[in-house]
Amino acid sequence: MAEKLPPKERMKIPRQGMPEQDAHERAHNFTEVNLGLEVAAAEHEAQRCLTCSDPKCVGGCPVGVQIREFVDLVVAGDYLQAAAKIREDNVLPAVTGRVCPQENQCEGACVLGKRFTSLAIGNLERFVADYERQAGQVGLPERAPLTGKKVAIVGSGPAGLSCAGDLVQRGHDVTVFEALHEIGGVLVYGIPEFRLPKDIVREEVDNMRKMGVDFQTNVVVGKTVTIDELMQEEGYDAVFIATGAGLPRFLNIPGEHYGGVYSANEFLTRVNLMKAYDPDEYDSPIYDCRGKNVAVVGGGNTAMDAVRSALRLGAGNAYIIYRRSREEMPARAEEVHHAEQEGVQFMNLHNPVEFLGNDDGYLTAVRLIKMELGEPDESGRRRPVEIPGSEFEMPLDAVIIAVGTGANPLVQSTTPDMATNQRGYIVADEETMRTTKRGVFAGGDIVSGAATVILAMGAGRKAAASVHQFLTTGEW
Amino acid sequence: MFAIKEARFLAQDIKLFRIEAPRIARRRQAGQFVIVRVHEHGERIPLTIADSDAEEGTVTIVVQGVGKTTRLLNMLEAGDAVCDIVGPLGEASEVEGIGTVVVIGGGVGTAIAYPTAVAMKQAGNHVISIVGARTSDLIILEDEVRAASSELFVMTDDGSYGEHGFVTQKLQQLIDQGVPIDRVLAIGPVPMMRAVAETTRPAGIKTIVSLNPIMVDGTGMCGGCRVTVGGESKFACVDGPEFDAHEVDFKTLMQRNALYRQQEQAELAQIADDPDRCERELAPCRLQQQHPEVGQRVGQTTD
Ligand SMILES: Cc1cc2nc3c(=O)[nH]c(=O)nc-3n(C[C@H](O)[C@H](O)[C@H](O)COP(=O)(O)OP(=O)(O)OC[C@H]3O[C@@H](n4cnc5c(N)ncnc54)[C@H](O)[C@@H]3O)c2cc1C
Ligand code: FES
Repeated sequence: MAEKLPPKERMKIPRQGMPEQDAHERAHNFTEVNLGLEVAAAEHEAQRCLTCSDPKCVGGCPVGVQIREFVDLVVAGDYLQAAAKIREDNVLPAVTGRVCPQENQCEGACVLGKRFTSLAIGNLERFVADYERQAGQVGLPERAPLTGKKVAIVGSGPAGLSCAGDLVQRGHDVTVFEALHEIGGVLVYGIPEFRLPKDIVREEVDNMRKMGVDFQTNVVVGKTVTIDELMQEEGYDAVFIATGAGLPRFLNIPGEHYGGVYSANEFLTRVNLMKAYDPDEYDSPIYDCRGKNVAVVGGGNTAMDAVRSALRLGAGNAYIIYRRSREEMPARAEEVHHAEQEGVQFMNLHNPVEFLGNDDGYLTAVRLIKMELGEPDESGRRRPVEIPGSEFEMPLDAVIIAVGTGANPLVQSTTPDMATNQRGYIVADEETMRTTKRGVFAGGDIVSGAATVILAMGAGRKAAASVHQFLTTGEW
Repeated sequence: MFAIKEARFLAQDIKLFRIEAPRIARRRQAGQFVIVRVHEHGERIPLTIADSDAEEGTVTIVVQGVGKTTRLLNMLEAGDAVCDIVGPLGEASEVEGIGTVVVIGGGVGTAIAYPTAVAMKQAGNHVISIVGARTSDLIILEDEVRAASSELFVMTDDGSYGEHGFVTQKLQQLIDQGVPIDRVLAIGPVPMMRAVAETTRPAGIKTIVSLNPIMVDGTGMCGGCRVTVGGESKFACVDGPEFDAHEVDFKTLMQRNALYRQQEQAELAQIADDPDRCERELAPCRLQQQHPEVGQRVGQTTD
């Protein structure tokens, strides 16, 4: 157990780097890029915390993880307690430690960052969560006495999982319905193995199963069963809808039907969920990228995941085509950095206007137009404008479109008495997560639009508290 | 796992399965499909629901063994199980108040057309069916379709059974004879559906086809199943699978269906001379070998 150093000493410690697989090597495999902090590095890093009396980092965290307290426990060498402390507010620490955009949240608010570099909170979170897992001592919370109330959760992404975890703890009978054959939502079909190993998700799901959550895969709510049937015929007292923002957006430009043109959802689902990168063992095919020119359109996490997957599938050249500049990229800073290290070529300030193909129906090229940045738009980012006459053609064998997603209407269209907004997302109260239909709650990407894992989990939590209140008081 | 209650070949390489899936059986309507994943390492493939029994809690599918997945599936027997089956997916066929309908099934497409013929007849329409195949051995569900139709014509390309000729020739005959046709529903290989569309176009008869693009999720999440209809991109799994034949871009459909031909060949090669590999992959589906008591319970129903 280490003593806390005096503040002056603490500030002398440099931020501990995250050990990672060599960039050239990892560009050809799907094993995790980041290797995790060693114990000594974690202790060192934790020492850097200034233990502010009014910790700004906590305000930067969407779910208010007790960061100062857990970091103190790391300094004390009590990693299991540190993990337990995080779990009080965040049920998937091994996941968020890997995928949260910390630079905009906790680490962005850290006062150390003003003069030096911010505390590596995400890396520490990951450290204690991995420690707990490897020790096989994940502290499962106690379950309250059974209430006899039944809750259906639709969708098994981070929102659904966090809600399920909380409600089962409170003694309710919880069933999660998932359309796909695997539990985890974007965590299993979207985010690749090299960033978030699927075993981690599987273990978390197993923990929930142990706590009593019933998972039913292969149930498409709206098709296999409707919300009304769940409530009226199957006896569910409340429903939480957490179906995500899973509808792929295309560019709606000519040539999108050509072979080799993918939505990021399809490309990543084939790679991650269906494991198309291992054709000897798995049967789902994917475009043979080996030696080919592959581009991804977009600048978010999804785009980075897709382009780095293409690289690992053997692409000769892997490009990002993005209509703004690097500063506006919504992806996590670390992902952009990793992509650059791995050899991804960035074509910022470019936008596709047409895809071109051959007589056999395969993509051969893209016609691009150059862009420049104009006045800020409603998102506060400078708006990209086309430069007239700057069009040119670039040869391309495959392109993956990662320009965002929308709301899948399957649940909404079969639940007519539940209000949606103009863009098809479910309308839910920000605090109570109640929809306009009695007993039905919603949260995560299906309410907010595509956001982040931690926000979805936060919504799941809030909903759980609200569902619990509804079930115990019967008041709506 | 979803238990197979009945499995029997209808023709060479064409096998019928009755699978326990109570939720799907309860809600399924004619024209809808399921997505099946045979084993843990398998791909997800769409298959039309040929029939269902809500009381018994089963759905029926008819599978033609062409690629690796369908061939593996066709090695399964009653008492075995498939890993995943999800549905019912897609929109139901429109069957109410149409009048005289010609239902055309080509090859295994007959199994897909059959449930809609039944629903059409139940809805009070006059159903004329035309089923076709290359040769007599490949004609399937003849009795079932006959029962669902007011008239049935059987066509074989080689004249070995029924009338000699293509389904489009019979359709042309009916049109020429002045049979008042309000709608044609054609399901089968893409070239056949295209030929039917061209046959009815001059006569202006509304024609519906059920499309079979490559799919992954079947819920509108990936866009891999997109087809061009009337110049617009549609997702066959949620907007279809049935579309107006006169608006469908069949060429693009055929090209997109051939996207993975190379990979499919490689997969077929994997299993071609390796029965051990097939059995290894199917091991989790062979319930009887793992849990004899389960197998007994579900395995009794084959004759
Ligand atoms: C490729 C990619 C990378 C990302 N990277 C990051 C990152 O690094 N950091 C970060 O914070 N965020 C990231 N995100 C965003 C983050 O993953 C999402 O914001 C988050 O997963 C939303 O959670 P959710 O629970 O609302 O929905 P989802 O995770 O989308 O889960 C919804 C689930 O509901 C199921 N479902 C949908 N409809 C039905 C239905 N009708 N019936 C039954 N089930 C249904 C879906 O199959 C799915 O499993 C990324 C997203 C993508 C696509
Ligand atoms: S199969 Fe994925 S959208 Fe239709």
